[in-house]
Amino acid sequence: MGLVSSLKQRLFRWQSDGTTRFRLGQRRIFIVPTRAGLLFATALLVMLIGAINYNLALGHALVFLLAGLGMAGMVHTFRNLHGLLVTPGRCEAVFAGETAHFTLTLDNDRKQPRQALELGIAGEKTVPAAVDRLASTKISIPLLARQRGWLELPRIRLSTVYPLGLFVAWSYLQPAMRCLVYPQPLFSALPPPRPTAQGGARSGEGGEEDFAGFRERQPADSPRHVAWKASARQNGDQGLLVKQFAGGAETELQLDWASTAGMASSEERLSLLTGWVISAADEGCRYSLAIPGWNIPPGSGEAHRRHCLETLALFPA
Amino acid sequence: MSTAAREALDHAATPWLFGVAAITTAPHFLHQPLWLSSFAGLILLWGAWLWQGDRRLPGRWVLFLLVVLGCTGILLEFHSLFGRDAGVAMLVMFMAMKLLELKSRRDAMVIVTLGFFLLLTHYFYAQGITTGLWLLGALWLITAALIRLHGGPASPLRATLRYAASLVAQALPFMLLLYLLFPRISGPLWGLPQDAHAGKTGLSEQMAPGSIAQLVQSGEIAFRVRFDGPLPARDKLYWRGPVMENFDGQTWRQSPGRLAAEQIEALSLPITYETTLEASEQRWLLTLDAPTGLPPETALNGRLTAHARQPISQRQRFRFAASLDFRFNVRESTAVLERNRALPPGLNPQTQALAVDWRNSGKTPAAIVNQALTLFAGRDFAYTLQPPLLGRNGIDDFLFRSKRGFCEHYAAAFVVLMRSAGIPARVVGGYQGGEKNPLDGYLVIRQSDAHAWAEVWLDGRGWVRVDPTAVVAPARLENGIGDVLAAGEPLPAVLQLRSDMLRNLRYRWEALNNAWNQQILGYDAQSQRELLSRLGLSDTGWQNLAILLAAGCSLALAALTVWTMYNRPERDPAMRLWHKALRHLTRRQVNWAPWETPLAIARRVHLEQPALGEAFDRVVEAYLQTRYAGASDNLKTLRAAVARLP
Repeated sequence: MGLVSSLKQRLFRWQSDGTTRFRLGQRRIFIVPTRAGLLFATALLVMLIGAINYNLALGHALVFLLAGLGMAGMVHTFRNLHGLLVTPGRCEAVFAGETAHFTLTLDNDRKQPRQALELGIAGEKTVPAAVDRLASTKISIPLLARQRGWLELPRIRLSTVYPLGLFVAWSYLQPAMRCLVYPQPLFSALPPPRPTAQGGARSGEGGEEDFAGFRERQPADSPRHVAWKASARQNGDQGLLVKQFAGGAETELQLDWASTAGMASSEERLSLLTGWVISAADEGCRYSLAIPGWNIPPGSGEAHRRHCLETLALFPA
Repeated sequence: MSTAAREALDHAATPWLFGVAAITTAPHFLHQPLWLSSFAGLILLWGAWLWQGDRRLPGRWVLFLLVVLGCTGILLEFHSLFGRDAGVAMLVMFMAMKLLELKSRRDAMVIVTLGFFLLLTHYFYAQGITTGLWLLGALWLITAALIRLHGGPASPLRATLRYAASLVAQALPFMLLLYLLFPRISGPLWGLPQDAHAGKTGLSEQMAPGSIAQLVQSGEIAFRVRFDGPLPARDKLYWRGPVMENFDGQTWRQSPGRLAAEQIEALSLPITYETTLEASEQRWLLTLDAPTGLPPETALNGRLTAHARQPISQRQRFRFAASLDFRFNVRESTAVLERNRALPPGLNPQTQALAVDWRNSGKTPAAIVNQALTLFAGRDFAYTLQPPLLGRNGIDDFLFRSKRGFCEHYAAAFVVLMRSAGIPARVVGGYQGGEKNPLDGYLVIRQSDAHAWAEVWLDGRGWVRVDPTAVVAPARLENGIGDVLAAGEPLPAVLQLRSDMLRNLRYRWEALNNAWNQQILGYDAQSQRELLSRLGLSDTGWQNLAILLAAGCSLALAALTVWTMYNRPERDPAMRLWHKALRHLTRRQVNWAPWETPLAIARRVHLEQPALGEAFDRVVEAYLQTRYAGASDNLKTLRAAVARLP
């Protein structure tokens, strides 16, 4: 490593790539007086002139003490942000039209609490936050997801006027966070099922008709299938139980791009397919998804559903 | 910039603003008209009632009506909306009104700013130590209110108050620097309003029976004196104010105009002293007889009274020299002598008859003076603050009937006797004596030391001071007025302190006040120059001051920043050593990531820098032992392992 690159690394250590935790250093915090701060400064000037004119020794003292208070307030406003640790978090996928919630963790390793922080995306409503001394807080920043696909978290403004409101200190955060936005679902009747290629009945997860007993829950099982009452009767050592069904006609849906030909645009077709995926998953059917370029074999369960929705979300326009 | 300013005020923050309004306006109740105080107080109570029930605030029209009402009241009371007192009244009223339209955080900031102005206006009326402490206390509360306002409901009361105290404490060094180094300009910058310095008690330009007796009831300090040498004898401490030559039968008045310069013949070596005069709104400087050295901008008026060019409207220091034994105007113009023999015709026939008797018996003027003093020394004359009322022939009534009076009665009666006998005589007003504070050595002269005495002109000796009070109540001169008057006389409380302990406490308090006045309030351009020259700066232009001030403030700001920013908790020593080892890895270009566990990092080291592997394993082992096995001697092992990293 050369001297220059080492120096660069040292100087711009704060320039994290946005995926890991970073600390707010003085180079990324800006501070200017607020409107109230300007009013305060004007008032001080007028008071100083008054104190000189009437030759008030204590008037001078008051003005100077207030000026000192302003300076101390400036340092404290700056300090309220300085050294704050920001850790980018996760963001659960949402459907278009819903609000995505980006989670950030703020860590305070100082002995004083950090009060009255405000986080927000430009043009959106700000979220208040406070971090206690030597503690951390999870903040979720809401952002309306308008379009399917990846929703990148725009630049965030983290600001504070605490404690005196005379100065506003702010910093722009650019955590590399994005949220997957599924197409807005369009609900309509599912296409008619087709008999499976293998035919016959299979025992296992596909059935919905006859109750066949309980089994332990796997992470892939939908929470809807958890047998809460039966789980509650357990003595607690075991995990949750899911109901297992057997028998019944094995239905398999083929959710095909071709069968949405009646829709006007490809976006509407995607919406319709999304609605079908949700309905099919809710009903517990096995379903496959076929869209130009992708062919997802039949399956069921949470992972399958997510895979299908992701494919729909990222379908090139 | 931020939408926060327009944010609605949270309900629980409002009492803080009521507190700010109350603490900044409360001291004004001492000198404001009662109706205004009640008006403001009622509005405050109304606001509190509205807040308490979460009721709707009054509409625009109600507020407008109240403002009109208040302004009318102020206009009727002060005949103006501007000027000092009216301005303060307006501020108080606006502060009260603003409480009725407290909706957003911006309104709250307006209240706070109004509060700052109101704090400033207190210093028109008082600048004592208590006012200074009030300033600190009020500022503490206002800061806490600001913190509460911006911190939201999450801030608990005690934490808020503690934080506010620490902020105010951190502001103090800046205040000190600015106070000492900010270039001082001696005001005023423009003409002050007429009422800028109203309502001062003190000697007046004329003397009627009772005027000094009334003044004596005030324990207020008139001026303080520090002698360069020892304190002169008490009977030499006559502080000369106005000399009154014109008498209309009731009132003594100064004769207008300047006289020719005095001829002073000093008979003793001059002594020097420094006087700190309190504001009196008068021009006389109350010097010791006879002044031989005067500071610039002051002059004598031909009657031995020293004058300043401008009325003394604020506390001011002067240095004087005086010769205590002197002869004054041995040659006097006939016009002045004639004026000092004149009496209103037809008044006080008995007194005139007595004086004419004395003169006709062939006595010399000096013998006549003694004769008069002997008369006063007689048993029947009493010294009291509460003399009976006198009629049209006041001097006759006093000399022949009531025989009870205060210094002005004796001085007036003596001068009338002298003038009736053809001896030029006049009344001198001023102060006599004073009380030495043993703690700081200052001589304190109060309004209660106000005095009147007489001066007669004797051929070959010039004007000679005669104090008839000294004959009637000799203790007055020796011990001050407190010892002379009978119990039950209306004397100021400070003079009635008989107990030594209380007297001592009073000395302490007054010495403290004097130090405050001299060192803190008296800090001016002159003191600033002295301070700087003591620091070794001879050129004290404002540029130098500005550089010094900027440097000082930057230094203080840097110190504060460092102190507040890097106040992180002490990290666990094991953690510190671990971070040291990780920094070592970075230097050796191992790409560890913050989320990796120690063991994962160890594996990575083996892959990326096999040479470091074993040494780092020992570090990880010792670190895990220290952190999780909790034995303290592992710390030593860890330190050694980190030190041995190649």
